[in-house]
Amino acid sequence: MTASEAPTTALGAGPGFVVQLDAFSGPLDLLLHLLREEQIEIAEIPIARIADQFLSAIQDLGLNQAADYLDMASRLVRLKAQMLLPRRSEEDGWEDPRAELVRRLLEYQQIREIALWLGRAAERRSEQFVRGFLPPAPELPPPPLTLDLLEMLQAVERVVAAIPTPVLHRVVARPLDVESATSRIEQMLEEREEIGWLEALGPRPTIVDVLSTLLALLELAKRGTLRLVQPAAFAPMVIARDPARSAA
Amino acid sequence: MTPLAQLLEAALFSASRPLTIEELSSLDQEAALADVRTALEQVREHYDFEQHGVELVEMAGGYQILTRPIHAAAIERAHFSVRTPRLSAAALETLAVIAYRQPVGRVEIEEIRGVSAGGVLRTLQERGLIEVVGRGEALGRPLLYGTAPMFLELLGLRDLADLPRAEELTIALHPHHPGPEGADDAAAYVEAES
Repeated sequence: MTASEAPTTALGAGPGFVVQLDAFSGPLDLLLHLLREEQIEIAEIPIARIADQFLSAIQDLGLNQAADYLDMASRLVRLKAQMLLPRRSEEDGWEDPRAELVRRLLEYQQIREIALWLGRAAERRSEQFVRGFLPPAPELPPPPLTLDLLEMLQAVERVVAAIPTPVLHRVVARPLDVESATSRIEQMLEEREEIGWLEALGPRPTIVDVLSTLLALLELAKRGTLRLVQPAAFAPMVIARDPARSAA
Repeated sequence: MTPLAQLLEAALFSASRPLTIEELSSLDQEAALADVRTALEQVREHYDFEQHGVELVEMAGGYQILTRPIHAAAIERAHFSVRTPRLSAAALETLAVIAYRQPVGRVEIEEIRGVSAGGVLRTLQERGLIEVVGRGEALGRPLLYGTAPMFLELLGLRDLADLPRAEELTIALHPHHPGPEGADDAAAYVEAES
């Protein structure tokens, strides 16, 4: 809070006394303000009068922010009592009971001065922008949510309608015709000693034909009816009559 | 401008935070720190002499290109950018205590300000202006706070030595807590503030 923002108070006037406590950043701030209003040096603080003014200032205070102010109020009342105690004049070693409060006020005043300086520095700095600044996204007002039962049920229906009905697929097993492939290969090997893989497949083979032929070949090779020869790596496979059998 | 000055200008343009002189000198292995300083001065003078809309500002231990204050109002009106929101009096007072007394615990801050400080400390920490720098020896090992680099950026300060010193204040600082030391080396640089 700056000095210029400090609210003016009608001091001394009993009932008309109004201070906006929100405008102060704490009890020390309020105390400084009261002293400034009366144009009193901090070291010369008239405890009795200031304590009364402080107490009337915090009278209307809400309880949640009262603690800090009440703490100060109790200190002031105690100081006021101490100041009233008679003391022998010229007595050595008398310590001004206000000393601690004066020290705190001076210290706080200094912090206030630095805070003002910091505020001005931040103000100056805020007039210069850096590159690539992204303004914070404006806060969207909460969407109006007025909904009656019918609307909600309709919404539920829309959601339910959007759920796709599961589609069932019938999976048909395509039978492999290994037997006819076997007889076809055996017939070809009757005529010639060896045949190629593509020849064994026959014209325009389907995937079923390819698989059937492959299984037939493997089965025949296992039985020893024929030999599967690959002359070189990745070379086309040659299907040959089993020499032992052909010799027999 | 020399090639080095051009390189530094490009790097500063590309960055959205202050770049330290060490970071800047890493751009060119050949360049000594003194060369980088000279080149930075050249960039600054170029902006000033040719009356550019931006200026080179020394801040938070580094350098950054900022728009000149005179254009702030127009830029804001056009909503291209907005000012950082002002800090509350409580926040500024708390920052003041921390800046001069760091490392400092919550209890001392509350004693000086006469009010509880928990909420303000949390806000300042969330905004990255202060950070926990250690723990005190007192009972419960209380957290000790210090200012973060963002504090210097927010205020446009080069370093903590830029804060007003004891003798510059109307009210002298508490004798047991002198102001931050080390302002002498900072005085070697040209004042960046407009």
